[in-house]
Amino acid sequence: MDVRAQLRGFIVDNFMMGQDATVLTASGSLLELGIIDSTGVLELVGFLEETFQITVEDDDLVPDNLDSVDNLVKYIQRKSNS
Amino acid sequence: MCGIAGYFKLNDTTDLPDEQLIGRMIKILHHRGPDEIGAYLDDLCVLGQARLSIIDLSTGSQPLCNEDGSIWISYNGEIYNYIELRDELEKAGHRFRTRSDTEVIVHAYEQWGRECLSRFNGQFAFAIYDKKQGSLFIARDRLGIRPVFYTTHNGRFIFASEIKSIFCDLSVPRHLDLKGLDEIFTWWTTAPPRTAFDGINELEAGCYLEIKNGQVSNHRWWSMDFPTEFDRSRSIDSWAEELHELLVDSVRLRLRADVPVGAYLSGGLDSSATTALIKHFTETRVETFSIAFHDKAYDESEFQREMADHLGTNHHQVSCSYQDIAENFPHVIWHAERPIVRTAPTPLYMLSALVRRNDFKVVLTGEGADEIFGGYDLFKETLIRKFWSRRPDSKWRPLLLRKLYPTLPLSPGRARFYLETFYKKGLSQTDEYLFSHLPRINTTVKLKEYFTDDVKAQIGDHPSLEVFGRDLPDQFDRWHHLLRAQYLEARSLLSGYLLSSQGDRVSAANSVEGRYPFLDHRVVELGSRIPPWYKIRGLNEKAVLKRAMKAELPSRIVNRVKQPYMAPDSNSFFCDNRPAYIEELLAEESLNRAGLFKPSAVNKLKTKCGRLSHAHLSFKDNMSFIGILSAQLMVQRFVDQFEPPSPPTSDEYSVWHDDRRGI
Repeated sequence: MDVRAQLRGFIVDNFMMGQDATVLTASGSLLELGIIDSTGVLELVGFLEETFQITVEDDDLVPDNLDSVDNLVKYIQRKSNS
Repeated sequence: MCGIAGYFKLNDTTDLPDEQLIGRMIKILHHRGPDEIGAYLDDLCVLGQARLSIIDLSTGSQPLCNEDGSIWISYNGEIYNYIELRDELEKAGHRFRTRSDTEVIVHAYEQWGRECLSRFNGQFAFAIYDKKQGSLFIARDRLGIRPVFYTTHNGRFIFASEIKSIFCDLSVPRHLDLKGLDEIFTWWTTAPPRTAFDGINELEAGCYLEIKNGQVSNHRWWSMDFPTEFDRSRSIDSWAEELHELLVDSVRLRLRADVPVGAYLSGGLDSSATTALIKHFTETRVETFSIAFHDKAYDESEFQREMADHLGTNHHQVSCSYQDIAENFPHVIWHAERPIVRTAPTPLYMLSALVRRNDFKVVLTGEGADEIFGGYDLFKETLIRKFWSRRPDSKWRPLLLRKLYPTLPLSPGRARFYLETFYKKGLSQTDEYLFSHLPRINTTVKLKEYFTDDVKAQIGDHPSLEVFGRDLPDQFDRWHHLLRAQYLEARSLLSGYLLSSQGDRVSAANSVEGRYPFLDHRVVELGSRIPPWYKIRGLNEKAVLKRAMKAELPSRIVNRVKQPYMAPDSNSFFCDNRPAYIEELLAEESLNRAGLFKPSAVNKLKTKCGRLSHAHLSFKDNMSFIGILSAQLMVQRFVDQFEPPSPPTSDEYSVWHDDRRGI
């Protein structure tokens, strides 16, 4: 399964239990859409580290890396290549 | 503590039901008043009472009347200044037959009419039947410490301390009010008069009802108020001194009882303060009671022990495990009579059982200090967000938020960006009345995602966000932001959750009466006059209270970082040996039958909550799980399986006064 599909699946199953999955667009802000809250990010980081074998540094916790599916995909690719 | 119940005829064509009904209504309130039961009946009105005897054990039976039997009362609560009021009333010519505070209310009503309420210092809900006027007068204390609910049905007005008592009339419809559920999934409580049940009303704190000529009218007699200007010349020490003197008096008054009085000790500032005042300023021998948690993330027993040793009290402790929470939760919902989004009332239910096992009926607690003196993180958040909103692009202003929540295992450090963005939501809405509560509300409303489409359609555009903004005091917009937040917190969470689901209902469940020195109205009104900058100084909460209590408490207690009282939430329901009801109520079939929540969504939530430890579950997921489970329990206990008890036999009544002519 590709990175994008894995990510989407995780977000829909874990943060959007009661919501319509079409709300989750590729570039929509996870925070502004109310999908992830301040504790949810820890869960997301845990998932990224386990699933994609990367280490998320504290300095990486910025919206440019984590706040949409598009940004997450780019971030994971960048980390996996480095 | 007692239970009251009764009904009143609204038109001539209605017959009052036979005495079996009032018997059942009192019997189901047995936990509130196990010592005695009584009833008064005539052709217009029926009053019932289940008594927990605390003052005047021998002659204080109820219902009770005035000299000529024209005024009858059924009463739950305490009027602490009854001795002073009695002196005043005797001088005015009233003759007393008992030593009870109940009789003081009757004569105060005769003397001052409705105005008697403002003379009472206490916690109460009562019904007075005035035969000459043909009226019923029902009043509730200023802050909503004691409850009363009512409905009109088949030409009758019916009231009781708890909703289950009203439901003993099986012709009264029993179903959840979906708009009420929507309000709970916004504010953690409904806005009175709405309750979690369709057609059942709650009399709001500081209000009274008059029922006369077939009409029911609702009036407010007290409201929390704040100045718009403060005296800047007065020092914090001067305020602290006045506060200390008043707290001593408030504690003294609350020790008036003909039975021993105990004290809760949480390990925090407030209950340490009330206990220290008992010890230092009264002759009472103090016994203290605390909750310890197996899960150390919630446990404060180290501080409880320190305080008990410091004061030399005889200390009792109940230890609470995950399984305890899971097993006791259905009892808590039966007593709370509304869905809740936290398990925190459950350990308090166990604590009152401990108190009762030790033969205590009365406990003093520290409840209310956080609301009156600015103890909650929500208040600090409000000030930081207000400060930040003046420079929304500031990089360093939001960093103050990191200073909040240092005690939570979910330290915000790693997720700084998310925390900031979370709180930034609504930052421009500083003029809205609920500005202070937006972060909490924004998390809570996510629970509504689980509603079925049918429920959503029935709720429609019900304005849950606006319900506490409908009748704000005229000056509200001119108040300091902290004061607006305090007002809103007292109006919503204090009365609708802390004093009820987590207060009266879980202590009354075990026949224990809580007394709250910080909620003496003189303390509340002094708190309103103290400038906001002496309540929260920088980010030091309850600064003026700490100053007032400094000499009596160990510095480690005064200076410790406030730990919000919480209990293990959804993890409790996935422990080993968990009770079977959890799976049953969350099974697809049960969910479909209740029709409230989407089974597929609940199933995903259940899987997630069972898989992740607390440290990895968000507030939203925890609240969703507890909210859904409690709503399912509500349907099971009150809608599907409700059964009234059998009525008492005639020899069980201490008072049976039958003035009916129709028989």
